[in-house]
Amino acid sequence: MSKQTHVDIEAGHDSLDRGWLNRLHIDLPLLLLLLLLSAFGLLMLYSATGQSAGQVERQAIRLGLALVLMIGIAQLSPAVLRQWSVPLYLIGLALLAAVLLFGDQSKGAQRWLDLGFLRFQPSEVLKLALPMMLAWYLSLRTLPPRLLDIVVVGLLIGLPVFLIFKQPDLGTALLVGSAGVATLFLSGLRWRLILSLVVLAGVAAPLLWSLMHDYQRQRVLTFLDPGSDPLGAGYHIIQSQIAIGSGGIHGKGWLQGTQSQLEFLPERSTDFIFAVIGEELGLSGIIVLMLLYLAVILRGLSIAAQAQDAYSRLLAGSITMVFFVYLFVNMGMVTGVLPVVGVPLPLISYGGTSLVTLMFGFGILMSVQTRRKLLQAE
Amino acid sequence: MLGTMFEDRRGEKRLFRGRAILLAVLVVLSLALIAARLFQLQVVRHEHFTTLSDDNRIKIQPMPPTRGLIYDRNGVLLADNVPSYALTIEPEKVEDIDATIAELSELVPISELDLERFERLLPQRRRFEGVPIRLDLNQAERARFAVQGHRFPGVEIAAELSRYYPEGAYTSHLVGYVGRINEQELEQIDRSDYAGSNHIGKVGVEKYHEQWLHGHVGYQQAVVNARGRVLEQREQKTPVPGRDLHLFLDMDLQRDAAAALGDRRGAVVAIDPETGGVLAMVSSPRYDPNPFVGGIGYKAYAELRDDIDRPLYDRAVRGQYPPGSTVKPFIALAGLATGVTTASQGKYCGGYFQLPGHSHRYRCWRRGGHGSLAMEDAIVQSCDVYFYRLAHDMGIDRLDDLLAEFNFGRPTGVDIAGELGGLLPSPEWKQRVRNRPWFPGETLIVGIGQGAFLATPLQLAAATAAIANGGMFIQPRIVSATRASLGAPLEPTQAQRRPIPDQDPAHWQTIIDAMTNVVEGRRGTAGRIRTNAYRIAGKTGTSQVFTVGQNETYNEAEVAERMRDHALFVGFAPIEEPRIAVAVIVENGGHGGATAAPIARAVMDSWLLDQRVQAPSDADDGNSP
Repeated sequence: MSKQTHVDIEAGHDSLDRGWLNRLHIDLPLLLLLLLLSAFGLLMLYSATGQSAGQVERQAIRLGLALVLMIGIAQLSPAVLRQWSVPLYLIGLALLAAVLLFGDQSKGAQRWLDLGFLRFQPSEVLKLALPMMLAWYLSLRTLPPRLLDIVVVGLLIGLPVFLIFKQPDLGTALLVGSAGVATLFLSGLRWRLILSLVVLAGVAAPLLWSLMHDYQRQRVLTFLDPGSDPLGAGYHIIQSQIAIGSGGIHGKGWLQGTQSQLEFLPERSTDFIFAVIGEELGLSGIIVLMLLYLAVILRGLSIAAQAQDAYSRLLAGSITMVFFVYLFVNMGMVTGVLPVVGVPLPLISYGGTSLVTLMFGFGILMSVQTRRKLLQAE
Repeated sequence: MLGTMFEDRRGEKRLFRGRAILLAVLVVLSLALIAARLFQLQVVRHEHFTTLSDDNRIKIQPMPPTRGLIYDRNGVLLADNVPSYALTIEPEKVEDIDATIAELSELVPISELDLERFERLLPQRRRFEGVPIRLDLNQAERARFAVQGHRFPGVEIAAELSRYYPEGAYTSHLVGYVGRINEQELEQIDRSDYAGSNHIGKVGVEKYHEQWLHGHVGYQQAVVNARGRVLEQREQKTPVPGRDLHLFLDMDLQRDAAAALGDRRGAVVAIDPETGGVLAMVSSPRYDPNPFVGGIGYKAYAELRDDIDRPLYDRAVRGQYPPGSTVKPFIALAGLATGVTTASQGKYCGGYFQLPGHSHRYRCWRRGGHGSLAMEDAIVQSCDVYFYRLAHDMGIDRLDDLLAEFNFGRPTGVDIAGELGGLLPSPEWKQRVRNRPWFPGETLIVGIGQGAFLATPLQLAAATAAIANGGMFIQPRIVSATRASLGAPLEPTQAQRRPIPDQDPAHWQTIIDAMTNVVEGRRGTAGRIRTNAYRIAGKTGTSQVFTVGQNETYNEAEVAERMRDHALFVGFAPIEEPRIAVAVIVENGGHGGATAAPIARAVMDSWLLDQRVQAPSDADDGNSP
């Protein structure tokens, strides 16, 4: 408790502006941004589902529930979360192992665990459990971390990433791994260590290639040359680039995208919804969306930077980075600068799984942000 | 301790803020990278992707024109378009063709024949074109596929107008048939005009008048979705249908001619001497053209192809026979035209002729000889020696010149695909082809229509028509008129007339009188076809068969049958105002007067007296030599 005695002057000043929202542990700027993004997403989803009011309604309900979950999580103090860190991580690992042993096969990959009343992907849990675990571990050390700490952190990251990679789920492995790396980076890892890790990664890449499944390699190869398989794996990339490119600066207009409305664009309401936005709203619409996303990320980093203890800082920072990686991988994939890995566009793609994870994360951010003056009061 | 911890924690926070700022910069840079990529896609290459996007959704669909119909002179339909439904497979859209066919065969019966046709058409087709696996689906089969069709991407029911020949074998050689376009034909046609068409004329009128019959393709622009469904029709250019053809052919006469010929091998050609229009043109044996439209099976085709009687072979325009004595009236006219002889000048026949200084005897068919004969008797009795002398006196060059005026030795130019021109032997021809000099004896042989001299039944009929009309060679024609569409005015085709360069009516009358006496005269070789109803002029012919061909495997009786002479007859009627000129050839038919002339008479009766001929099965007797 001794490390929480430090008083943050800025935070104290801040607290004057907040009334009931603060008591509900809600961060207004973040909430507004999320609501804006969600509304934008529902609007685009209406177009991307071929104007299916039913699907939009289902997604709206999911969003509502996820927002409730977020506010619920925000009620938990970082201290409670901190206590959950180790058990959650261990449970997550156990579930991942269980998936590999008993998981449901779907599209050639074992990702789902069926608990009878609930089917879910344990890899989702790790998107938050790993940052929590790392934040817990690193907050106990003096920072920047020493070599031994890095080895331990490397193992903590490597184990779940490996298990997820084996499912195989390249996209989630990438997300979880980069969440871990981001946490390590935020902890103040020394530059020469960063440099040597980069070199190490360069050496490990061929090894990774050899571990990949054929279809994963195919995806990478197709990414490098989509024209080589225009009707097969390259079809997604080509059609999504056509959609975006034909949108131009101003777009073809909402509901007017020929690529999306005539279904030339595959997975238009899920992983490739970004291309629908590009086609119908054009570059101008996309820039607005990207600015919204950027605002969320900057707000998240700012919450992290203002947090009072190392655990909150690291956790808030790495959750924000998970959000960013989601975004970047999806946009990169749809625009053809990254290979096709199944990652949805956060808060906009149709589906509930990532929504739960993301809102859980934003709940943590709000918890961190709104707990500062409580500490001050102690 | 507290102090260092405090310092450390402060340091940690400062460190963290630095890193957070670095990450923020990284985030901004990454998003800027995406933005740059978007700029490249949406601004720099916008035009390119707009084109690709339009290519995706706007499909140009060709609309095939309706093929023109073919009618006989009385409006009897000879070639019709009937709706037909085929099951087609587009191989580009099907992963496992064999498995698909196996599954399809549970829905609709697919025979060995269908499979064989599919295999044959597969390599010939154009890209993204469906290949038929089943033709002529009935209503129940269409209904079954309509329900189950979604299970078979790339398999479709193609509705198209299919060609049907109601008269079947009666018009097989003349009208011909259409078949699926093959690779060879694809090289020759204007591909864009055939973008929607699957069929092309292969034989006969269907092939010769392909350009008229086919019409011109139309296009329609349509917006389609990713599954190819048409969502919206845009502008369209309607196809121009093929022209309907009206033939000179009279279907009754055609049937009667076929019946008169019966199951004998041979050909009958009947021409209107005033117009050159082909009234009937039969080649026997015949075949049913309808199976060729969908693609005849290999076995069925091989049977037709290897049939010793060669039913696929159009004897009327491709059969080249020595004309024999039927050529004598033309030789006689040549003698008059060149002034080498006169009608009354007698020539002596002692049963044979010898060239001066040669010992070889060129024999007359009558061993004892005819004695001294004038031109008319020489034709009536078909004296060979008279014509040896005449040919010898004229010389081959002058003889050939006049025979060429009657269009011997080259195709008449009739509007049927594949016509051959026969052969009019000449010294140049012999030097060129056989690299041998011309012998005077060969001139004599040409004089009686034998040797290398070959003519098609059509050539003989056309030349006979030129005698009938008194000296005008008219290029024979099948099509009398065309019409852009139903209700549009008929546009007649033009006859090409060429006067024979001897317009002395006396000369023509001499020949016509002689030919009349061939039938009417006491000694005429075709006396048996004389009738009181009208008067016929004609000339019989019997030509030797030199080679057996590749018929080694046939039994002796059959070989002997095929070694017999061909029987020929040319003639026209009525002599006062000729309305029909006929050429008949019966392969291995023996004597022309006995076998060929009665067939010509039956055809004339049909045309002039409207007398039907008995069905071929009943007419079998009475044709023994």
